[in-house]
Amino acid sequence: MPEREVIIIGGGAAGLAAAVACKQKGIEDILIIERGDYLGGILQQCIHDGFGLEKFHTSLAGPEYAQRYIDQVKEKEISFLLNSMVVSLTPQKEVIVVNNNGLTHYQARIIILAMGCRERTRGAIGIPGARPSGIYTAGAAQELINLKNYMIGEKIVILGSGDIGLIMARRLTLEGVEVITVAEKLPYSSGLPRNINQCLYDFDIPLLLSHTVIDIEGNGRLSGVTIAQLGKRGGIIPGSRRKIACDTLLLSVGLIPENELSREAGIILDNITGGPQVDERGQTNVPGIFACGNVLQVHDIVDNVSLEAEYIVEGVAEYLEGKLNKEREIKVELEKGLRHVVPQTLIRFKDTIFSFRVNQPGEKKVLVFTDGKRVIKKKFLRRVNPAEMIRVKLISSELEEIKTLKVRLV
Amino acid sequence: MKTKNNRFDVVIIGAGVIGCAIARELSKYKVNVAVLEKEDDVGWGISCRNSGVVHAGFNNKPGTLMAQFCVEGNKSFAELCSQLDVPYKKIGKLVVAKKKEEIKGLQKLKQQGDTNGVDNLQIIDLNEVKRLEPNIEGIAALYSPETAITSPYLLTIALAENALDKGVSFFLNTEVKSIIRLNNSHFRIKTNKREFTSSYVINSTGIYSDYIARMVGINKYRIYPCRGEYHILDKNVSWLINHLVYPVPQAGVGGLGIHLTPTIDGNILVGPSNEYIKSKDNLSVTSSVMKVLSSEAREFLPLISPGYIIRSYSGLRAKQAPSSEGGFWDFVIEESGIVNNFINLIGIESPGLTAAQPIAKRVVEIINKKERLDFDPSFNPFRKGILRFEEQNEETKKTLIKQEPDYGEIVCRCEKVTKKEILEAVNNPLGARSLISIKYRTRAMMGRCQGGYCQNRIMEILRESFKLSPQEITLKGNNSYLLTGYRSNEVSKSCQKEKLLSLEEELLV
Ligand SMILES: Cc1cc2nc3c(=O)[nH]c(=O)nc-3n(C[C@H](O)[C@H](O)[C@H](O)COP(=O)(O)OP(=O)(O)OC[C@H]3O[C@@H](n4cnc5c(N)ncnc54)[C@H](O)[C@@H]3O)c2cc1C
Ligand SMILES: Cc1cc2nc3c(=O)[nH]c(=O)nc-3n(C[C@H](O)[C@H](O)[C@H](O)COP(=O)(O)OP(=O)(O)OC[C@H]3O[C@@H](n4cnc5c(N)ncnc54)[C@H](O)[C@@H]3O)c2cc1C
Repeated sequence: MPEREVIIIGGGAAGLAAAVACKQKGIEDILIIERGDYLGGILQQCIHDGFGLEKFHTSLAGPEYAQRYIDQVKEKEISFLLNSMVVSLTPQKEVIVVNNNGLTHYQARIIILAMGCRERTRGAIGIPGARPSGIYTAGAAQELINLKNYMIGEKIVILGSGDIGLIMARRLTLEGVEVITVAEKLPYSSGLPRNINQCLYDFDIPLLLSHTVIDIEGNGRLSGVTIAQLGKRGGIIPGSRRKIACDTLLLSVGLIPENELSREAGIILDNITGGPQVDERGQTNVPGIFACGNVLQVHDIVDNVSLEAEYIVEGVAEYLEGKLNKEREIKVELEKGLRHVVPQTLIRFKDTIFSFRVNQPGEKKVLVFTDGKRVIKKKFLRRVNPAEMIRVKLISSELEEIKTLKVRLV
Repeated sequence: MKTKNNRFDVVIIGAGVIGCAIARELSKYKVNVAVLEKEDDVGWGISCRNSGVVHAGFNNKPGTLMAQFCVEGNKSFAELCSQLDVPYKKIGKLVVAKKKEEIKGLQKLKQQGDTNGVDNLQIIDLNEVKRLEPNIEGIAALYSPETAITSPYLLTIALAENALDKGVSFFLNTEVKSIIRLNNSHFRIKTNKREFTSSYVINSTGIYSDYIARMVGINKYRIYPCRGEYHILDKNVSWLINHLVYPVPQAGVGGLGIHLTPTIDGNILVGPSNEYIKSKDNLSVTSSVMKVLSSEAREFLPLISPGYIIRSYSGLRAKQAPSSEGGFWDFVIEESGIVNNFINLIGIESPGLTAAQPIAKRVVEIINKKERLDFDPSFNPFRKGILRFEEQNEETKKTLIKQEPDYGEIVCRCEKVTKKEILEAVNNPLGARSLISIKYRTRAMMGRCQGGYCQNRIMEILRESFKLSPQEITLKGNNSYLLTGYRSNEVSKSCQKEKLLSLEEELLV
C-alpha cells in the first residue's frame, strides 16, 4: 500500500493553502486528492472580485486567488491527483481513492480534511408545492452560468439572502435576466452587508425580509411562486400572500459541511457547525486527522479559509515531531448571544485563534471570555452580524491558569 | 413479430407497474402488443410514488381479489425480482399497538391474515417488540416476517424492458385523446402523436382509468384521487428501525396510517397521509401535512427529527370509495359488458404493486379464454439491470475499472454512482431521456445533496450523448426544460481559463 506523510482530501482553497503551508514547514511527502478536474474548488466558479483583501491586500477574482496557490503547488512540486474521489477513510488513516486508473488504498500519517461544503436544498427546507424544473441552488446555478456558459431562466425569484444568492442576483442581472426579488425568512439578511449593497441595492433589486416562499407552481417548468410575510413567531401574516410569475427559483438557504467521510472515520461532529469538533490546532478526536476550511465551519471569506489552513498546519508539524501532546482538556462553553465556536476544546497552553458566529445582528457588543468567575479578556465589537465570522486571538498567558473557558456576548 | 404501421392485436394504455406487467405477461405469447404512455418514461404515475412494500396480505378482506392477489403476489415476488434483476428484501413488518385497546385490532388482523393464507403471522409482546425495534414505542405488535420491500420504479422499468426485449412496442410521450370503436370491431385510438388500431384495448391508466373508460361510453366507474404525502429521511439514520413499522389501522380510513418504511436503498419513508383531493394531477406537498407527518411519526419513534428529512413527495391513490365512505373497494379487472374486447383495470390502489403479476395473469386469462393465444417458446423471463458499482466487492470494483475506466469516475457523490452507470441509463432501451429517467435507473441525484453536485454533470453527459441543445435537456420531458440556452453565443467548453479571465474583465469594467 502506498504510504504518504500527509494526505489532503480536497483541492479547494483550504486544501491548497494547507499543502503549501506543509511544504513551508519542511514536510516533503504530501498528496492532494481532488475529485474535480481542476484545483481551486468552489473559487473557480466565483468569477466576481473581492477575494484576497486581507491575505494579499488587493481585490482578486476567485480564479485569480486560487491561481496564486495553484502556482505555488506546482512550483513547490507538491503532488496532486485530479478526477479522483476519496470514497473511504478509516480511523487508522487509510484512504481509498477511485479514479479512472483504478481503486487504490493509501496509508497516511496525517490526514487533512478539506472537502468543503454542499448547499442546502429544497427538500431539506421543505418548500411545499409542485415539483417542476427551474429550481436551482445558487451555487449550482453559478457553476452552470460561469463555468459552463449556460443560461438558466429569464425571470427569477431568489429565496434566502446568503452570499452566493446575492452574488448571483447581480450576476444574473448583468446577464439581462430579471431578478424580481430576494426573499429572506429572517428579519435580517444572512449575507454580508457589502454584498447586499453591491449586489442588490446598486441594481434596485428589492430584499424582502421576513418573507418566504410558501408555494410553487408549474407542471413542466416552474411558472410561479407564492411568497408571504412572516410574523414574529414565524406564522404567515394574513393577507400577505402574493403570487409572482417567474420561471426560476434560486435557493440560497445555507451550506452544510461535507462530512460523510469524517463520520465514517469515527470523527465526532459538532451539531451546530456541522463540522468536526476540533482542538485549537484543528485536530479532530481521531489523532492525526485535522480539518480546515468549509468542512470545519462554513466561511464567508476565503482569506479566512487560507489563514485557518495555515494555522492548523502548525499543529500538523508538531504532530509529526511528536510534540502535539494533550496537556489538558478544556471545553469551550458558549453562553448567551453566540451560536458557534471553533475550536470546541483546548488541549494546550498556547496562543489560540477562536472563530465565532453570533445569534443575531447587533451594535456595540462586547465579547467576554471568563474562566467561570474571572474575566480573562474582553473585546469590543462595533457591529455584529451572523453573516460575519468573528475571529479573536487569545495569547498563552491569558489561557494559562484557567480550568474552564466560557464566552458570551453582551 | 414487428408490425408495420400502427396495427396491433393489443394496445395497453398506461405504462405503470400494471400496464408493464401485463405487457410482459402478454409477451410470453405470439401477439403484437403496444403500450402507450403519456409521460416521458414508464412508471411515472402512481407506480413511482408509493411505499414500495410487498405486502403479505393481512390487511385485505377475505374473499376479495385484493386479498387473493396480494397473497399470491407476495409469494412469487422474490422469484419475479430475481428474474428481472430487481432489488428485493424480506425485512418483515410490525403493526404496533400503542395502547391496550389496540391489541384487539392486532388479533383481528392476524385472524384475517390467517384466513387469507398469509404465512407465519405472530403476535409479539412488549419485550419482543423492544428486541426487534429498540427505538420504537409500543406495547405489542403483529409481526409479519413475509412482508418485504422492493424498488417500485426499477420493477416497472424491468418489466417494460423484458417485454420490449420480446417485441412489445413502447410509445412514450403518447397520450390517448380518444378511442373509436370501428365497425369491424377494431378500436381506433387517437393520441397526441399518431393513431393506432387494435383488436383489444387494456385500460391500465391508474387514476385516469374512469376517464379513459368514458371515451368508449363506459360511464359506471368513478375514481377519486386521494393524496398521500411522504418525507424521505437521510440514510444516516437508517439504523433507527429494522422492519416496516405500522400503526394499527383505523376503520373507515382508506390508508394504512402514517408508517415508517425502510426503502430498499436504505432511506426511511415517513407517510403517507390520506387526503381526498379534486385534481388528478396535483402531486404537491403541503406544509400542513408535512407537519402532521413529523408529529405522528414521533409517536412511534421519538428520536425522529425534522433535520433528517432530505425530500418530500406525494402519490395519489386511485380510490373507488368516495370520501364520505372511505375504506377500500375491491380491484375491478374485467372486460366491459358493453364494449367487447375492452378490458378495464379500475381502483388498482394498494396492494397493486404487490399484486401486479397476478393481476397481469388475470388479464391474460380473460383474453386467452376468447382467443387461445399461442405460447411463444422463445420467451426469456430474465433481464439484466444496470450493474451497481457501489454494491460490488473491492476486487470486482478493481476489475470493472480496468475493463471500463468510466467506472472510475464517480459522478454522484452521495449515492456513489459512476459515469458508466449514468451512460447505461442514458442509453436505456426504452429511449427515455430526461434527468428523472436517469435518477430512477441509477439513484444519481437521490441522495442527501439531491443533485446539488451531480445534476450539472449529468446534464452535460446527456447533452453530449445525444448532441442536444441546452434547451432540449429536460427534467421530466415535455415542457420541463432546465436551461434557456447559452449565456453567450460562443460555443461553451467547460472550464476554460481564457473565458474566465475575459468574464472577470467584463465585470471589473
Ligand atoms: C458557492 C460559494 C461562493 C462563495 N463566494 C465567496 C465570495 O464571493 N467571496 C469570498 O470571500 N468567499 C466566498 N465563498 C467562501 C470561500 O470562498 C469558500 O468558503 C472557500 O473557497 C472554501 O474553500 P474550501 O477549500 O474549504 O472548499 P471548496 O472550495 O469547496 O473545496 C473543497 C474541495 O474538496 C473536493 N472534495 C470534496 N470531497 C472530496 C472527496 N471525497 N474526494 C476528493 N475531493 C473531494 C471538492 O471537489 C472541492 O474541490 C464562497 C463559497 C461558496 C460555497
Ligand atoms: C401513497 C400510496 C402508497 C402505496 N403503497 C403501496 C405499497 O406499499 N405496496 C403496494 O403493493 N402498493 C402500494 N400502492 C399501490 C400501487 O402503487 C398501485 O396500485 C400501482 O402503482 C398502480 O399501478 P398502475 O399501473 O395501475 O398505475 P400508474 O402507475 O399510475 O400507471 C398509470 C399510467 O397511465 C398513464 N396514463 C394515464 N392517462 C393516460 C393517457 N390518456 N394516455 C396514455 N397514458 C396515460 C399514466 O401516465 C401512468 O403512467 C400505493 C399507492 C399509493 C398512492
